[in-house]
Amino acid sequence: MNRQLVVIGNGMVGHRLVQALRERDTRREWHVTVLGEETRPAYDRVALSSYVDGTTADELTLPELGVQLHLGDPAVAIDRAARRVRTASGRTLSYDALVLATGSVPFVPPVPGRDLPGCFVYRTLDDLDAITAAAEAAVARPGPGRRSAVVVGGGLLGLEAARALRRLGLSPQVVEIAPRLMPVQVDEGGGALLRRLVESSDLAVRCGVSVTAVAPDRGRLTATLSDGVELDADLVVFSAGIRPADALARAAGLALGERGGVLVDNRCRTSDEDVWAIGEVAALEGRTYGLVAPGYAMAEVVADRLLGGQATMTPAELDMSTQLKMLGVDVASFGDAQAATPGALEVVVDDPVAGTYSKLVVSGPARSDSGELVDGARTLLGGVLVGDASRFASLRPLVGSPLPADPAAMIAPGGVELGADALPDSAQICSCNAVTKGAITSAIAGGAHDVPALKACTRAGTSCGSCVPLLKKVLATEGVEVSKALCEHFGQSRAELFEVVAGTGIRTFSELVDRFGRGRGCDICKPAIASILASLGTGHVHDGEQAALQDTNDHFLANLQRNGTYSVVPRLPGGEVSPAQLITIGEVARDFGLYTKITGGQRIDMFGARVEQLPAIWRRLVDAGFESGHAYGKALRTVKSCVGTTWCRYGVQDSVGLAVALELRYRGLRAPHKFKSGVSGCARECAEARSKDFGIIATEQGWNLYVGGNGGFTPRHAELLASDLDTEQLVTIIDRFLMFYIRTADRLQRTASWIESLEGGLEHLRAVVVEDSLGICADLEAAMEKHVGSYADEWRGVLEDEEKLARFVSFVNAPDTPDATIEVVRERGQPVPLPAPGVRQPTELRLRRPCAVIGAGAPITAHDPAGADR
Amino acid sequence: MTTVVPDLRWHDVCDLARLLPERGAAALVDGRQVAIFRTHDGGLHAVDNIDPISGAAVLSRGIVGDRGGVPTVASPVYKESFSLLDGRCLDADGVSVTVYAVRITDGRVQIGIP
Ligand code: SRM
Ligand SMILES: Cc1cc2nc3c(=O)[nH]c(=O)nc-3n(C[C@H](O)[C@H](O)[C@H](O)COP(=O)(O)OP(=O)(O)OC[C@H]3O[C@@H](n4cnc5c(N)ncnc54)[C@H](O)[C@@H]3O)c2cc1C
Ligand code: SF4
Ligand code: FES
Repeated sequence: MNRQLVVIGNGMVGHRLVQALRERDTRREWHVTVLGEETRPAYDRVALSSYVDGTTADELTLPELGVQLHLGDPAVAIDRAARRVRTASGRTLSYDALVLATGSVPFVPPVPGRDLPGCFVYRTLDDLDAITAAAEAAVARPGPGRRSAVVVGGGLLGLEAARALRRLGLSPQVVEIAPRLMPVQVDEGGGALLRRLVESSDLAVRCGVSVTAVAPDRGRLTATLSDGVELDADLVVFSAGIRPADALARAAGLALGERGGVLVDNRCRTSDEDVWAIGEVAALEGRTYGLVAPGYAMAEVVADRLLGGQATMTPAELDMSTQLKMLGVDVASFGDAQAATPGALEVVVDDPVAGTYSKLVVSGPARSDSGELVDGARTLLGGVLVGDASRFASLRPLVGSPLPADPAAMIAPGGVELGADALPDSAQICSCNAVTKGAITSAIAGGAHDVPALKACTRAGTSCGSCVPLLKKVLATEGVEVSKALCEHFGQSRAELFEVVAGTGIRTFSELVDRFGRGRGCDICKPAIASILASLGTGHVHDGEQAALQDTNDHFLANLQRNGTYSVVPRLPGGEVSPAQLITIGEVARDFGLYTKITGGQRIDMFGARVEQLPAIWRRLVDAGFESGHAYGKALRTVKSCVGTTWCRYGVQDSVGLAVALELRYRGLRAPHKFKSGVSGCARECAEARSKDFGIIATEQGWNLYVGGNGGFTPRHAELLASDLDTEQLVTIIDRFLMFYIRTADRLQRTASWIESLEGGLEHLRAVVVEDSLGICADLEAAMEKHVGSYADEWRGVLEDEEKLARFVSFVNAPDTPDATIEVVRERGQPVPLPAPGVRQPTELRLRRPCAVIGAGAPITAHDPAGADR
Repeated sequence: MTTVVPDLRWHDVCDLARLLPERGAAALVDGRQVAIFRTHDGGLHAVDNIDPISGAAVLSRGIVGDRGGVPTVASPVYKESFSLLDGRCLDADGVSVTVYAVRITDGRVQIGIP
């Protein structure tokens, strides 16, 4: 019998509950109905602030779950006796089980004027839409001076809100009633440094004062502070804490916690056996949790219980660790950060010069009844890290376990770096998804041998990403040797070899392998070094010893096919091609008997050329103005375009023009792997730019740049790197992005997996190539300028050089004799190689059709030896 | 690197200068396709040009190197390596290519066929 489950609240935790239930309820015991007050489907609230950076609501939306969902229709009453819920629109829903997942509402202090137009809270996408509209209107208003905003509350969310306002073009002032920022997470010492770091990132801060009133003032607002100061503002955003959204439960007579929230036990059951509460609205044994990880753990417990399981909440799942995201200021706090545990000791390393503050809280020495020392101040209770939170990932899971070394050594600069083997199996590696070290090691034993595989099978690392460095460490300690050695000839990684070549000025493989490797190389290291040399601009790829490093494609500047022939792909920048060019390609293909096909990359491929034919084919193409399309190289392939403003009635920018310009700029640039691009003229995205290594989508204001897209084996959508750029800014950032990739990626690593492997991921990439955090951008740009200035068509280079041309022969002793093993047959009117033995020809499918349908009555054979064009 | 086997018929192929170090060349010898290689240390090797795994006549276009000191060529099609000393495929059991005798006479490369 189907039982009815009603979930009130379609936020992150309610969504996770339904997801967990759907995954496990394979017999479909439960019929699920979800009520949501917001009009949008559930979205990632933790990433809400990225909305102002251009992440779209669609991108934030959580996966659809295929259950009945009523949006914009909040529950207004619960009749527990009848087990019925009534909604605002008048629906009544009966339930066998009810889950409350209503989250929290922002707390707005009761100051006069708090409801005035221009006052906002910061919790939902609708809030952000309203804030954005008000900020844009303020910025557009004529008049001198920078537009400003007051943020009430200097906690985690207040700082995020301030950053969003700055991003929207306003000058934010943060007002915090406590004597320091992030008072819940950070102690006094950390708070002082945090304030300095925040102020240096262009946010004004006032601590120890509160807002006492907001009043209208000639179209703007004035916020009055407790010390009498008046601040002018175009907007006021309240971010002064949250309160559990427990009104519905209160009215239904459910027991509440002392400080609000629906009281639940460690099974998440309320005072009514049929009603559960999870997420921010739940007061688990009296205490509420304003973070998503404990909420997810509650969702898992209830999903398990609904299916008859016995799960309970464990203390480890109530991890309150937090990290400040996005401000460019490193702050992390975990466990008992304020040393509230009786007898706790604090160990602090404060370095104002380096701008770092680290504190660990450990248990005090404990003695047994007989006075023996049983715990020598070793159990980690919590900590605060400001300015450099890189040790957060490895310290956090140790909470509750003995520290492997002296506490001070663990936070001192250059001190002990924790190996993952120091962690017990029960340590939580990923707190967002409650994944323990034990779960990770068993996934590794089950064959998940890299971070993407671990993400897929454990969900670890898929939310905030802060645990990814630790996942790598666990992989390493589990003996998954992620050897960086390129091959048996070089112990270095590609990136290290790049540095060596760039730094030493070595320009030949022989010298490199003599000095930094061993042996004579192989088909792995030689092309990799050839690519490094080419990226550094060492002339034609066939010059000198370089010729012997190239793989066959690069050696013949064409793509090897299975029968030993090659394919020829002239560049068609942006996919734009004139009728005259089409005719030339057609004539060349006809005259040399080549098979032609439109590629997936908006150009034309001619197949079946023999080595000795290549120079003559290219002579014709070069004379007609074509250049190499580098279909054979680990280099720029194509920049796909849509017609954009040139023709399309929806286009907002000249996408073809940009695609052509970009393709001409980056043509011939060698990289660790091939890379592709696309430019779409509007958000309809007809060029599929988000499946490319770098993709550009036109906006009314300019261009949005996305990076790390991939089709192929593991499709991945490109992610937004920067938005509303003008063309010059766009090109500068792409220059830096590509050069940074070329310098640091592994051999045959596309940009997608490169970005995933970067510690800090997209944020780190943005810091490096947009904000120039490493100070290398000038260098990267200069390298790209050098490439652009020295580009020359490779095929022209061959045709103009007798020595290079001499290699394009079938046999040294019979240069023009065709290779007799190459046999062709005709297929659909074009020449194709003989089928490989054992390969079933798709044409057999045609043969099964009744002859009458085809026509004349004669059966059509798979291979038509007469070769007549049909 | 001359293998002395009685009754070899030697076929003249090309000037030694036509063979670039670590870059192969294909030759037509007595109706067969032979891939000839000159290694970095000056050694000469010749094997079948036809790659037994793909069936394409392309081994002369593979990358020359070494595996554990044994000179090799990697097929450009599916990348298996073959020993240039005895023709054995180092990546697939039981697969090998014929090895031919090579010598230099008066600056000319010659292939010996029994
Ligand atoms: C010709 C073409 C198929 C066609 O008939 O349309 C093609 C043909 C080959 N692709 Fe492709 N790919 C072609 C478009 C694509 C696309 C579509 C696109 O570019 O929009 C993709 C998916 C997009 C992407 O790359 O993210 C694609 C993903 C691959 C992959 C998987 C890459 C990956 O990261 O997963 C490989 C394998 C590799 O590179 O390791 C591959 C490898 C190859 C190779 C090089 C395989 C080989 O070594 O023989 C083929 C060379 C054929 C030749 O001689 O030209 N090809 N290949 C397309 C040439 C486009 C062009 O004009 O240059
Ligand atoms: C800007 C921002 C940044 C954050 N950053 C982090 C972070 O870095 N790390 C972290 O752990 N947490 C963070 N959080 C907190 C995190 O988003 C919450 O802990 C999490 O969303 C709680 O999930 P929930 O489902 O309990 O509540 P919510 O996600 O708030 O969902 C509750 C839903 O229930 C709906 N609802 C309420 N009443 C009713 C009703 N009567 N009928 C129907 N529907 C109703 C609400 O409209 C809402 O959609 C952040 C929050 C914000 C706002
Ligand atoms: S992406 Fe937009 S501009 Fe380009 S063709 Fe499609 S609809 Fe037109
Ligand atoms: S800790 Fe957030 S994703 Fe793992």
